[in-house]
Amino acid sequence: MNTANTYRAGPDPEGHFGIFGGRYVAETLMPLILDLEAAWGVARKDTAFTEEMSHWLKHYVGRPSPLYHARRLSEYWNGAKIYFKRDELNHTGAHKINNCIGQILLAKRMGKTRIIAETGAGQHGVATATVCALFNLPCTVYMGEVDIARQKPNVFRMKLLGAEVVSVTSGSRTLKDAMNEALRDWVTNVEDTYYLIGTVAGPHPYPEMVREFQSVIGEEVREQIMQAEGRLPDTLVACVGGGSNAIGLFHPFLDDPGVDMIGVEAAGEGTDTGHHASSLSAGSPGVLHGNRTYLLQNEHGQIQEAYSISAGLDYPGIGPEHSWLKDVGRVDYAPVTDGEALEAFQLCSRLEGIIPALEPAHALAHVAKIAAKLPPEHVIVMNMCGRGDKDIFTVAAALETDI
Amino acid sequence: MSGRIEKRFQVLRKEGRAGLITFTMMGDPDIETSFEILRGLPAAGADVIEIGSPFTDPMADGPVIQFAGQRALKAGITLEKTIGLVRRFREEDNETPLVLMGYYNPIYIYGVERFLKNAKEAGLDGMIVVDLPPEEDRELCLPALEAEIDFIRLATPTTDDVRLPHVLENSSGFVYYISITGITGAAGATESSVDSAVTRLRHHTELPIAVGFGIKTPEQAAEVARAADAAVVGTAIISELENSLNSDGTASSETVASVLGLVRALSAGVCQSATGTVS
Repeated sequence: MNTANTYRAGPDPEGHFGIFGGRYVAETLMPLILDLEAAWGVARKDTAFTEEMSHWLKHYVGRPSPLYHARRLSEYWNGAKIYFKRDELNHTGAHKINNCIGQILLAKRMGKTRIIAETGAGQHGVATATVCALFNLPCTVYMGEVDIARQKPNVFRMKLLGAEVVSVTSGSRTLKDAMNEALRDWVTNVEDTYYLIGTVAGPHPYPEMVREFQSVIGEEVREQIMQAEGRLPDTLVACVGGGSNAIGLFHPFLDDPGVDMIGVEAAGEGTDTGHHASSLSAGSPGVLHGNRTYLLQNEHGQIQEAYSISAGLDYPGIGPEHSWLKDVGRVDYAPVTDGEALEAFQLCSRLEGIIPALEPAHALAHVAKIAAKLPPEHVIVMNMCGRGDKDIFTVAAALETDI
Repeated sequence: MSGRIEKRFQVLRKEGRAGLITFTMMGDPDIETSFEILRGLPAAGADVIEIGSPFTDPMADGPVIQFAGQRALKAGITLEKTIGLVRRFREEDNETPLVLMGYYNPIYIYGVERFLKNAKEAGLDGMIVVDLPPEEDRELCLPALEAEIDFIRLATPTTDDVRLPHVLENSSGFVYYISITGITGAAGATESSVDSAVTRLRHHTELPIAVGFGIKTPEQAAEVARAADAAVVGTAIISELENSLNSDGTASSETVASVLGLVRALSAGVCQSATGTVS
């Protein structure tokens, strides 16, 4: 795929990034996925579609989000110059809405009248419920029973927005099982239903389409950093669960050899403990949820349960493009534990007045590891992809504090 | 091809009746009980046997088959042990076709080449792999055909006439028509919609046509058997098994008998209806 000296040409027409990606779905869904691919193929080239997207991103989401020089953290580590891409300032408090605006407009174009989604932390569920309210479409969100218990504020938000939240009690009762249940819904309601996947995973064309909708992050950073520094950044850092905020930041820079990129995975209690979500650092290639990618699995090909303090990173797979970027060596992936993320969460709150979501707190914990060793002219851009309001109960419990 | 599937449908044609295809999960509720059921199925009237191979994330299955898979995984079933059960079955029965049904990842991790070789040697005749549409034929379908194991394709109500030839292109053994859009164990299709679907499929293929999803009673099996070459029953059989278990989920003294009893009743339903439609 990089034969034409580019890392940005993928996927191929069958949805493959190297050996990763593809369309591993039941026959019932295949015609739907082909329809979606065709509709997406037309929409992406239609200026009316892109103009409509830009309109909603500007006036409803609040884009462009600022690129902010985190001066106090930079001083604290006394090393690299650290910028945050402030996607936590988007309407609904995370990057997820970028993708939801794109897909809801596509669903409308396709004449679909019902929206389903899966959610882990609830950020994608909230973003989906939000756009469904905005465009007056009924919305059903599948969410694992375990995640419902630890993300109550988001469950209530979705209900306020008019969505039906279905508690998923099968399997490990987290994000992967929510995705299974959403696929079961879709396979049943093929005529009217649009499946609004929240990350760069699932069967082709989802990984490519969601990447394109999230690439607005990196495209804005390119312009903003040129204004701020007059040059491209040296290092990009973003957390990866499914990997949509990371690919959104990275993709526009993949062909700039001077820009290093680091995806930060949730290591939970440690990658050697069996309680983690580091599919790239500690998993192996397999097939799940419509694509081939790195997975947490046992020697018999059965999927293992992921664990992270962050519900948004608690998934045993990763978007297929990340698997490819790891194997070709263009992006490095590093694990960060619950404890390291919690420390970064508190530090960022105290020094910058920004309470980060636990997901980007993982990215920040990795920045903490590298910043001090780098010279002051080294520019790091980290994606602050979500705000931490939803996580205060989890963090309070972890810190053994009553609120 | 291995020939057992083809031969079995030839015999059914001669007898002027449709066949009964059963689905049970290997390892459910434990490995030995699932084998006792398996070896009893031909005498109870199963003409073709689908053996389920469990996966942690069965995205096309309803709760009944999900739980069967979870029981089987807990009981320690693996693909290797499932192949072992095929080998043991073949020591007693060299005619009843065995078709493995499951998801791709466990086969991918076992190794496609190694799986096909071991499964063929053990006496497996065909495979149904739910998450491998024709778009991914290079993964397993083409190697399977080369190894002379039938690759049985699913056709569904969403598979239109434009797509159908593509779906049938590398199919062999029989075509499995899923009569509804949905997961296993959902409500069944109406008789007339099955009739018209089977007619549509016959325009595109000479392969025998099996129809499944939502068949729960001998009467429904008989209805389907009037139009199709075989009726597939899975969830109903597993529900029967589930109901027979002890409260701790282990097999009771009734488990094998009650499952085989239901299969006998389903077989009687299918046999009542001489099809008359097969050429």
